[in-house]
Amino acid sequence: MGVYSIPNQSGPCRVLAFDAETCIGCNRCVNVCPSDVMIPNPEKGKEPIVLYAEECWFCGGCVQECPIRAITLVTPAKQRLSTVWIDKKTGAEYRIGMKDPLPPNTTPPADNR
Amino acid sequence: MNWHEYVNATGKVPEWPYPVRYEKENIVTSDVLIIGGGVAGCRAAISARQRGARVVVADRGFTKRSGSGGAGVDHWHGAVRNPCSKVTPRMYSEAAMATTDGYTNGLVRYIVGKEGWDTLLETEQMGVQIRDETDEFKGSMFRDEETKLLFAYDLENKHCLRIYGANIKPCVDREMRRVGCDVYERICVTSLLTEGGKKGARVIGATGVHDRTGEFYIFKAKSVIVSTGKTQRLWCFAPELRESQSMYNLDQSGMGHTIGWRAGAEFVLMEMTGPVELTGTGYAPYSTGNNNNTYQGVSVVDKNGKVVKYADAYGNLIDTEEGIFKPSQEGSFFIGWGIALDHERMPAHRINLTDPNLWEKVRAGEYEQPFYTDMTSLSKTSRDIIWRLMLAHEGKCRVPIYEQFTAWGFDPKKHLLQFPVGDYSLWSIDCAWANPQSGPANWRAGNGGYLIDWRLRTTLPGLFVAGDGPIASQGCHGESQTAGRYAGRQAAIFARDIDAIEPDPEQIAAEKARCYMPTKAKGDIGWKELNYAVARIMQDYCGEYKTEHTLDMGIRRMKDLLETEGKRMYVSNPHELARALESLSLCELGVAYMEGAKARKASNKVLGFYRYDYPEDTEEWHKLVAIKQTAADAVASRGLAVDYHLQAPYAPDLEDNYQRYSESDR
Repeated sequence: MGVYSIPNQSGPCRVLAFDAETCIGCNRCVNVCPSDVMIPNPEKGKEPIVLYAEECWFCGGCVQECPIRAITLVTPAKQRLSTVWIDKKTGAEYRIGMKDPLPPNTTPPADNR
Repeated sequence: MNWHEYVNATGKVPEWPYPVRYEKENIVTSDVLIIGGGVAGCRAAISARQRGARVVVADRGFTKRSGSGGAGVDHWHGAVRNPCSKVTPRMYSEAAMATTDGYTNGLVRYIVGKEGWDTLLETEQMGVQIRDETDEFKGSMFRDEETKLLFAYDLENKHCLRIYGANIKPCVDREMRRVGCDVYERICVTSLLTEGGKKGARVIGATGVHDRTGEFYIFKAKSVIVSTGKTQRLWCFAPELRESQSMYNLDQSGMGHTIGWRAGAEFVLMEMTGPVELTGTGYAPYSTGNNNNTYQGVSVVDKNGKVVKYADAYGNLIDTEEGIFKPSQEGSFFIGWGIALDHERMPAHRINLTDPNLWEKVRAGEYEQPFYTDMTSLSKTSRDIIWRLMLAHEGKCRVPIYEQFTAWGFDPKKHLLQFPVGDYSLWSIDCAWANPQSGPANWRAGNGGYLIDWRLRTTLPGLFVAGDGPIASQGCHGESQTAGRYAGRQAAIFARDIDAIEPDPEQIAAEKARCYMPTKAKGDIGWKELNYAVARIMQDYCGEYKTEHTLDMGIRRMKDLLETEGKRMYVSNPHELARALESLSLCELGVAYMEGAKARKASNKVLGFYRYDYPEDTEEWHKLVAIKQTAADAVASRGLAVDYHLQAPYAPDLEDNYQRYSESDR
């Protein structure tokens, strides 16, 4: 792989993470985005390209639109660090992006849809 | 992957994926044109269509998720006519007027009170859950057993409802398409077209540029609704820092205001600005410990587990959970939080907040930071109604908060969520993530909007408004839907028996030339650089404190920026062109705000408006100041009563006006 002359990335470098294995490149996420931050990948069937990361406002519309849930919203580092919780019993601290993650809490939201 | 990864992996720069056809004209004709397809615009479209109008919606984004309400909502203000409510539309409107000393929009608050519940019932028909259908919260103090409605904030008066609104925008969008509205997406509207191309004349359409193809759109209509968002990029522009820390996306360029200003509509409350709450220096909405707004009712504890109590508006500490949801004063009711009402003026209507003496107690060593939101100590229903209902459905919460937190193992049964640590003597902890002090005082947010009549019509014939941006101090999600639904009806009535007028070719040609200049100029100014410069002027010359002389300087600087750097812009593709046109429009909008500030020659505490040269807050200036552009460089202003909606030519009574105007012909 070559070394290229590339401008600095701005702000949060990665706002979305795509699961390249499962993404089918349908581009529904590209089209639902209110701010049009992505473009389709020139190679058909591949994950889209986040072109304007700093225009993303983290609404999560793309995540919800994805038919196979192949997109994860990536919380920016400064907000991973400011989202901290503790275990009431042990006092242990946790955060989004922690090194040794807790198992997910699988309780669903309260709704009937 | 992001762009950098793609380039590194392939050694190729991706070509623009859409055909680029700058200047290609598309003509779109309708009875009613709606500019802005957020919740207000979609509701306007549906109700105009139901009245038989041919409806076109021009949206900056993609209507399924666009707008401030696109990412959901957890509670509905103004549903005061729900069967359990003890609040009437009159009480709601009058309380809103009282809390703001009249500097709000009494007529919209009344319309919202009259129609908010009906609007919500229709939303339920569109597929949004508004009741505890599965009886999960049966027996809880938040629920009415007969209707299964769930209440927020005020359990005595029951006029504000908790709803399951994470999918509200897709539902409203689907209904808009089902009833046959034509939706044009990715359109950056750039101007209003007026009869004969004249300022102050009837509005007969609009122009726009497509964000992907760069094509030019000419919309012709008998009536037009502006239902756009707020003006968030004016004082505070920091996309690289902002990240997820905003309830407003970048599409909120204030274009809906600018096009009306340029067309000669009258605006009010443009001088009303406040510290911006959602800058790039704070926290993602709802992502930190918090005990207000969507988190209302949680327990707060300090480092040592000591409970911080809520207090009523008079400082009396509250000992019970029921007490948190009870108004401070017998017979009064809470009005909404976050809908541009100043609760300090009317404590009887204020929601219960944290012990006001908390920071003195911290300094005295009674409490130690950090503080935590503690949902573990709540009953299961109280915890679930906050975490699994409110936090799973509020705007920008389903994915960034509920799904992210739980994916990383957060469990409100076991875990305490930390508040930001800081010098809290500067701010209240209640809505810690929104923390007004996270931005400097000269970074402002504007509240002003179009002067409107009882039909939600502006001072320009054929131009109506809806949404929380263009209607001065109007409200939030539910109010936007309700006002949109009402404006759609009015615009359809207007269009029904009036002839269409062909737009002026010269007006179109001039606008087209303006729009495509950045594609031709050999420029060196990008859209962000111009926007940063606009923000600098606003921060310097239209910050917290103002004078006539410095406002004049600011106006001069802004016009200079538009005429100098504004003529030297470059764009790489249609997306950047649309952003550049927004940034250019901000120069005009900044002038409008500074003209609004100039027109009020007195300070005013309620408006957060301070002038060094007119420090007195005088009774003489207790009025609305309306401003409008009469020529390219000329502005006229006039005063009108804060309750102008109850003065001639209107009836002196709210209900009489509603009866007279809500359904009637022109």
